Order: sequence, then C-alpha cells, then structure tokens
Amino acid sequence: MTVIEQVEARPGLPRLNEPAPAFEAVTTHGPLQLSDYEGSWLILFSHPADFTPVCTTEFMAFAEIYPELQKRGAELLGLSIDSVYSHIAWVRNIEEKAGVKIPFPVIADLDRKVATAYGMVMPGESKTETSRCVFLIDPKGILRAMIYYPLTTGRNMDEILRLVDALQTADANSVATPANWRPGDKVIVPAPNTTELAEERVDAGYECTDWYLCKKSL
Amino acid sequence: MPCVRPDGTLSGSGRALLEAVQAEMTAVDAAKKIGMPLHLVRSGLREMIAAGLVREDGERFGQTEKGAATARPSGG
Repeated sequence: MTVIEQVEARPGLPRLNEPAPAFEAVTTHGPLQLSDYEGSWLILFSHPADFTPVCTTEFMAFAEIYPELQKRGAELLGLSIDSVYSHIAWVRNIEEKAGVKIPFPVIADLDRKVATAYGMVMPGESKTETSRCVFLIDPKGILRAMIYYPLTTGRNMDEILRLVDALQTADANSVATPANWRPGDKVIVPAPNTTELAEERVDAGYECTDWYLCKKSL
Repeated sequence: MPCVRPDGTLSGSGRALLEAVQAEMTAVDAAKKIGMPLHLVRSGLREMIAAGLVREDGERFGQTEKGAATARPSGG
C-alpha cells in the first residue's frame, strides 16, 4: 500500500462546526447516548488506558474541575479502550488511594466504535490505545473544539475551562477572543467585511489597533 | 446510573426516578425533582421504557401499570 493509499484508508477525523458523531455506549454510569446530553455542553475525552500514571493524574484533575464545568452547564464523559470492569476497578482505586471520587461516567469502548468515529486512535503513537483527545460539543450536538495531546503529556485543565468560557462568551456576544484571553478580558469585535463597516469602526468607540483589529469590554 | 438491575429490580436511583414520574413530567422536570443529571435521567427513562415500567407521551413520561405496581413499597 502506498503512502497515499494509507492516508486515504485512515478513518477521518470529525470536523468542527458539524454534528458530533452519534454514539451509544456502555459506561460506568450505564448505557449513554450522545443525545442524552442535548441541552448541555459535553466534554468527551479519551485517555490511553486505566491504571496508568499520567491518566490517573488527569482523572483526578478532571474530577477537580468538574464542579466548575457544571457551573458552566458542561458535563464530562471519559473514554478508553478498556472494559467497564476495568474502569470501575480503576475509579474505585483512585478513590481508595487518592481520596478522589470520579463523578463522571467513563465509556468502555472495547469495540472502538466511539474511538473510531472521533479519530481518537493515532496508530503512529499506539495501535491499541486512544490518545489524549478532548472534544467540546455544544448543547445542540455540534462539535465546537478539539484538542489532541500525545501519550506522554497530561492535559491542562485550565485550558479546557478557558476554552469552554471562550466558546460560551463568543456565542453569547457574537465576538471572538484573543490569544490568552481570560474571562473579564476585552474581546475582539468581528472584522468588518465592507469598506463602509470599516469606516464606521472609527467612531464606534472600540479600542482599535487598526480597522481589522478592534477590541471592546463586555 | 443503571436504573434496572439485570434481575429486573430497580437500583436506588431507578426507584427514585420511577417514583418521580408518578405524576407525568418531562425528563428535565424529573432531573430537577430528584437532583440527578439530565443525561442520566434520559438514560434511565429509556431503560425503564424498555422494561415496561415507564411510558412516553411526547416529551412527558409517566408510570405504566407495571411501573406503578413496582413503585409501591411491596412491588419489589
């Protein structure tokens, strides 16, 4: 098989601003479907394997930010290619050894259906494990953001919270957010797409670097 | 949480959910009433419909006769 054929044979990744792939899965909280989360933001994330060190630190960190996510109307749903019994044993072990209760469900994706639909397996890293993926799905079931981390690197929970805040702020105010934006910072007013709108910017009271880069406070 | 055990009896959360829909209500209202996340309420209602304990009428859910009998203290 040529390199081009190999590339073409790979399952595709989901795409931003398109409906997230539907699924029905066995989880530690019983069978769940993507549609069960309609009306909530969903953070679907994968980890390589249960009972592994980096994943354990991540699970404890996800549990720590869960109350903050809930305040934002967001739910967490984990996934790996392990059995539900392995997941149950692992979350019980985390609670026993570290005193951290894992409050969110974890998908047991032994048949890899969800992992394949979301492009979570990166064969260049591992053919048997999911990479550290994060998918932000909005209340209408639209995939809004994706983050992929390698096996060696634990994820940054602050960035996940920041991303939820940024998307919700953008949706609520029809704005964009600049690099390293934090809640309370100024936001970017969408660039004008006509000369007339560009001229109107001058008197609009925005903080402008130039006509295409204007910020405002919310 | 799974609401219906493999032997057909209800878990604690299953019993709470079945009792909640004694008066017909939406999944959203049931979630508020028993303080369970909405996604788990939807999953639980689906399980109980499959078990013949709950019926669905549009967006509202209520007990079937079997569900009402199960929800009674001696109903198992």
